[in-house]
Amino acid sequence: MEKAKNDIHKTGYGTYVLIWLILVGLTIATVTASGFNLGDFTLIIALLIAAIKSGFVINIFMHIKFEDKIFKVFLGLAFMTLLAVFVLTSFDVFFR
Amino acid sequence: MENADTASYVDFYHAEGKHKGILSWLLTTDHKRIGLMYMCSMMTFMLIGMTLGVLMKIEMLTPGKTIVSAQTYNAMFTLHGLIMIFLFIIPGLPAIFGNFMLPLQIGARDVAFPRLNLLSWYFYMTGGIFAILSLFLRGGPIDTGWTFYIPYSIRTGTDVILPLLAAFILGFSSIITGINFVTTIHRMRAPGMGFFKMPLFVWSLYATAWIQIIATPIIGITIILVIIERLFQMGIFDPALGGDPLLFQHLFWIYSHPAVYIMILPAMGAVSEIIPTFAKRTIFGYKAIAYSSLAIAFIGYFVWAHHMFTSGISETSRFIFSLLTFLVAIPSGVKVFNWVATLYKGSITPGVPLLFVMLFVFLFSIGGLTGLVLGSLATNAHLHDTYFVVAHFHYVMFGGTVMIFFGALHYWFPKMFGKMYNEKIAKWTIPVIFVGFNMLYFTMFILGYEGMPRRYWDYLPKYQTLHVISTVGSWILVTGIIIMLVNLINGLRKGPKAPMNPWGGKTLEWTVPSPPPVYNFEEIPVITHGPYYYGGEEEK
Repeated sequence: MEKAKNDIHKTGYGTYVLIWLILVGLTIATVTASGFNLGDFTLIIALLIAAIKSGFVINIFMHIKFEDKIFKVFLGLAFMTLLAVFVLTSFDVFFR
Repeated sequence: MENADTASYVDFYHAEGKHKGILSWLLTTDHKRIGLMYMCSMMTFMLIGMTLGVLMKIEMLTPGKTIVSAQTYNAMFTLHGLIMIFLFIIPGLPAIFGNFMLPLQIGARDVAFPRLNLLSWYFYMTGGIFAILSLFLRGGPIDTGWTFYIPYSIRTGTDVILPLLAAFILGFSSIITGINFVTTIHRMRAPGMGFFKMPLFVWSLYATAWIQIIATPIIGITIILVIIERLFQMGIFDPALGGDPLLFQHLFWIYSHPAVYIMILPAMGAVSEIIPTFAKRTIFGYKAIAYSSLAIAFIGYFVWAHHMFTSGISETSRFIFSLLTFLVAIPSGVKVFNWVATLYKGSITPGVPLLFVMLFVFLFSIGGLTGLVLGSLATNAHLHDTYFVVAHFHYVMFGGTVMIFFGALHYWFPKMFGKMYNEKIAKWTIPVIFVGFNMLYFTMFILGYEGMPRRYWDYLPKYQTLHVISTVGSWILVTGIIIMLVNLINGLRKGPKAPMNPWGGKTLEWTVPSPPPVYNFEEIPVITHGPYYYGGEEEK
């Protein structure tokens, strides 16, 4: 924590605007992709785009990229839980 | 660690702050006052929920109509569930005893975010008021059951959106409390208090807080989706609109099953406080109990679909979820065996809190073991949606969490209010509660096994005898609870002054005066040994 206090990282407005534009672009990509019949891949592509978007938000907007390891561990825990929930739900969705 | 000079201190009730009168409560950031505000509001909601429960039992005295119509009965069981689950049992122990005791037990002056703590109470009250307001709106009280299952909750003419919003807001209150507790435990422990020197109640709050943070947003998102579907007829869950109703059940139970552990884990933590104090022994298997809290929180997250075995989910997932359900019994068993081992060769004082713990162990064991009956695929097919399920979760939630809520209330009452209650009367309420509870709920196991479906207003005459026994049991149970509450209120009004440490507890809250001063500790204590140190060698 001491390190974080002394070493405050500042992200420029330019970066924030760039990330925002990327997020808007990826949202357009999601909407566009939903218009195509991609079969089983529809869900995977939508989730993939959403994962990339959340990666940008978490790392840049939520500042996790510049934070202490403990916050990354907590975040990793939440992600692993989410992944496990996806896997367990898929046992129903894909075998029903 | 003793703050011995207690003669000249001002307790938190009488300390002068920025505001006076009612504002000194409504604008307080003191964790103890916030805990007490939660207590007042939750006890009120509990009494409303209890009244609804008794009225439901009176309705079931005879087949057909006894006192209310079928539609009113539907609304009553929905509200009973909503109030008891979202407004009482889920926030119960963490919000009241967690708020009051957590900073005291870790040697801190307050929680990490005191203002956020007050905000969580306001969210809680807003959610509660929304739930009550929904009774009086045009559509009439919600009749979906507390589970809001689709497609009924999309199609019913009763008012669904306001109670859903209430649950959504209550979720925020829960998340905020969770974030506050995790931060407090990580950042504000007294010097020398490593994680394995924390009291086990704190461990249980820590595990619970993580479930609150990770699981609660899922119910929030699900609620928003239901509202969108209801308002805009967008096909998400309703099959008539192209949605998937099982997706709703998955999302609902991904939160609502871990919520069961939000309810029970703090109760288990309180048990781990009460037993060493009344057995005058260091807790047996401290680390095993601490880890089992985390294990319950972790495994408990992955068993949600056992609520859906008969809903049409795949064979594969039924098998997997049944297996995972059995696994969660292991850490629960670890706790029970360690508690019993702590009592073995202890110097036991049968105080009121310990008697409630005994009640808990007996009733929770029945609730837990019948959970395994329901977790088995074959028996589940027979018992699903019958009174057996109702009996099972009341044994777990009421026999487990609420009995310890009562036990914790009697354990920490002297510390919270600085007064003692009549122990003799309190002890007499326990057999009354025990008899009433088992008459009320054990009959439901038999009713369910014989095929009585849950949530039915009417029934075949062959079930009437058991329904009558159950209803009479509810009267006995309520009598016991009312005597218990009146005894506590009498203690509050005219009970003798409580000493600093009436039970001989070893955790830090017993080292400050009763009731505690505003900032808890004159000097932050330095911790040199474990929380239940009664001499001898400590567990490494």
